[in-house]
Amino acid sequence: MLISILLAVSITLMYAAPLMFAGLGGVISENAGVVNIGIEGMMTIGAFCGAAVGYFSGNPWWGFAAGGLSGGLLALVHAVASISFRADQTISGVAINFIGPGLALFLSRKLFAGSAMTKPVEHPIPTIFGSYAAKSSNLLIKAANIEMTVPIVFICALVLWFVLYKTSWGLRIRSVGENPAAADTLGINVYKIKYVAVFVSGVLSGFGGATMTLAVMNYFTQSTISGQGFIALAAVIFGKWKPHGTMAACLLFGFAQALVVLLGGSNSKIQIPSSLLSMLPYVLTLVSLVLFVRHSTAPKADGIPYVKGH
Amino acid sequence: MKNQQADAVEMQSIYKYFDNFCALNAVNLKVRRGSIHALLGENGAGKTTLMNILYGLYRPDGGKILINGEPVEMKNPNVAIEHKIGMVHQHFKLVENFTVVQNIILGQEVVKAGCVLDLARARKQVMDLSKTYGLAVDPDAKIEDISVGMQQRVEILKALYRGVEILILDEPTAVLTPQEINELVNIMHNLTEDGKTIIIITHKLKEIKKSSEYCTIIRRGKYIDTVVVKSVSEQQLASMMVGREVSLVVAKAKADPGDIIFRIDNLTVEDNRKIERVKELSLYVKRGEIVGIAGIDGNGQKELVEAITCLTKVKAGKISINGAELQNTSPHYVVENGIATIHEDRQKRGLVLDFPVKYNLILENYNKPQFAGRSILKEPAIHQFAEDSIRRYDIRPEDCASEPARALSGGNQQKVIIARELSENPELLLAFQPTRGLDVGAIEFIHSALIKHRDSGHSILLISFELDEIMNVSDRICVLYDGRIVAEFLQGEVDENEIGLLMAGGERKNGI
Repeated sequence: MLISILLAVSITLMYAAPLMFAGLGGVISENAGVVNIGIEGMMTIGAFCGAAVGYFSGNPWWGFAAGGLSGGLLALVHAVASISFRADQTISGVAINFIGPGLALFLSRKLFAGSAMTKPVEHPIPTIFGSYAAKSSNLLIKAANIEMTVPIVFICALVLWFVLYKTSWGLRIRSVGENPAAADTLGINVYKIKYVAVFVSGVLSGFGGATMTLAVMNYFTQSTISGQGFIALAAVIFGKWKPHGTMAACLLFGFAQALVVLLGGSNSKIQIPSSLLSMLPYVLTLVSLVLFVRHSTAPKADGIPYVKGH
Repeated sequence: MKNQQADAVEMQSIYKYFDNFCALNAVNLKVRRGSIHALLGENGAGKTTLMNILYGLYRPDGGKILINGEPVEMKNPNVAIEHKIGMVHQHFKLVENFTVVQNIILGQEVVKAGCVLDLARARKQVMDLSKTYGLAVDPDAKIEDISVGMQQRVEILKALYRGVEILILDEPTAVLTPQEINELVNIMHNLTEDGKTIIIITHKLKEIKKSSEYCTIIRRGKYIDTVVVKSVSEQQLASMMVGREVSLVVAKAKADPGDIIFRIDNLTVEDNRKIERVKELSLYVKRGEIVGIAGIDGNGQKELVEAITCLTKVKAGKISINGAELQNTSPHYVVENGIATIHEDRQKRGLVLDFPVKYNLILENYNKPQFAGRSILKEPAIHQFAEDSIRRYDIRPEDCASEPARALSGGNQQKVIIARELSENPELLLAFQPTRGLDVGAIEFIHSALIKHRDSGHSILLISFELDEIMNVSDRICVLYDGRIVAEFLQGEVDENEIGLLMAGGERKNGI
């Protein structure tokens, strides 16, 4: 019993980790007043770069870093369009969602001899107990042997929470998302803060994507990222635009994905058609949004481009 | 060393263009250190633009700025802050879900270890300042939970926290009760006693007389004059501001009310968050009478108007005109029964901004036979009607019938609404903030239109946050506080201090 619970927890964490990275990315961007619909695209490019660099370098951490960087660079496109040129943030984000997968596919065909998927990464992200778990006969340790990305994302969440609520930077970031005109009159550089927030948002989304290809699976295909970005976005709203709330929401959605695996197994007692099961995370996202979003308030200036002097 | 003799602020022949529009045309301003200096002008005269230039929010297209005798290039607010200039904007620039302390320190946070907020120390600094100048605030309350008066004190503290020597107040009294205004004047004097310089932007003459030593008048972007306030009358200031003689007191005959035509009985209305905003409110309006409802914004005025016009559902109670019940019917039914409405936000509810003026003039009557036969609009009749209305209500420019309403100034937009609403000779005109944001000339016009309508035997329910307007125009005054009518007076029975006290929730001294 304990073992199956532990197994459920670790599968939940495994699926939740990419969502959590992306969700934290959404939190920081939206707290600075920029809606980031493009998380999905940033995750996709991060997932591809993570797998590709992980494959060529043989080192998953290089891959992980490359995933973050590529997400951040793609986020800068969103930043230029929506902050400097005041494009509609939803439309700019949708464009990012086309560019991300398109670019990933293009690069994949270039680098992997015309193939739409990368070769498997030889060394994925190590687990917390590493080779010790493989040797150990203790089933508990085997079940709890989660990837290093899980503790990393929890550390990221803690850092983000501390920065947002306990430091002067956080006060400024949140003031820009709530009332940029107030921040501007106090000499805070609104555009700079938004740029930094969107870049960091892209980096975190890229980490999320790389987590998918380096810790959950070990290669990239076109369907590696299929809606995780949007689920993360829903988690941000569900989590009331706060890091801790978003983490909890991601855990719930991760659990839904874990259920797909746990209940979908052939040795399961109840047989549910797998196509119905795979709907679960998406249905849960919809239901939670319908039920809880009413009670949730976004940062006041979220999604509104800031124009000086208006 | 600073030159002690120099003026705190000197702005020399400042120019500012917005596209081709010249907002400021060689405007001068000299403010003596330690004085309270008023900047007077109508809406759109350029007062706020001039101050935004002084604060570095806009770059001037010409002219020089000297602070304490030294030329300064105001590139951005940071430069202004460096020169110890602070500005309290008309619409407060506060972060609503931050606490008072967080708002005050934002941008110049008290930190330890480089970036970690030290809120305990920040709180102490804020409270010290608050005590020194008599600016009472609750440091831990969130902005969204405190009164407008306290929000203003937070704004002033924000400036003092940054060590300002020159404080600009943009229309500081627009949202305050008479008591809060007196309190503000006291605070301003405390500040000047401490050597600080205050520039106050306003179009209210009474407050200039009450608070300021000097006054600079600007009209349509041009410098008119700087006067010593003591040596001029309110009437003289008004004429300089508008450029012609204006009457400050509304001329009207005594009311001769007839039967009751409109009544509200025990009305209760909830807002969209299910909070009761109007609570068992009752009132009546007689034929040939102007009833004014005095009250501070947010005491149920919006919900009351929406209930009467059927834009929102009524929870309980009755609204009736000439015996016909109106609650929970439709806006169309309300109009059909002879109620016309001037809404608070003319751009949002009063006009379709992109429609030409002539269509805006028939928005409520478009389906009447004179304007439409079998669903086809009769363009010539509509145009003729528009031309007549434009002439009768002096809407400018005269040839605006086919121009979009957006192109008109605020005062003329309001005239379009009044022309439309009065065109059917409504039994009751519901006027909600009819002169909001208008200048003295337009206010004069609208007030006389209201009184003319009354004199022709109709009724008016006037709801306004401007106490002066209520006191001048109404025949009977009801005071609204927290969704209830807490007192009722006939005109001349009461002074504005007593009403101000009631508006703020104070007890009535003597009953009627």
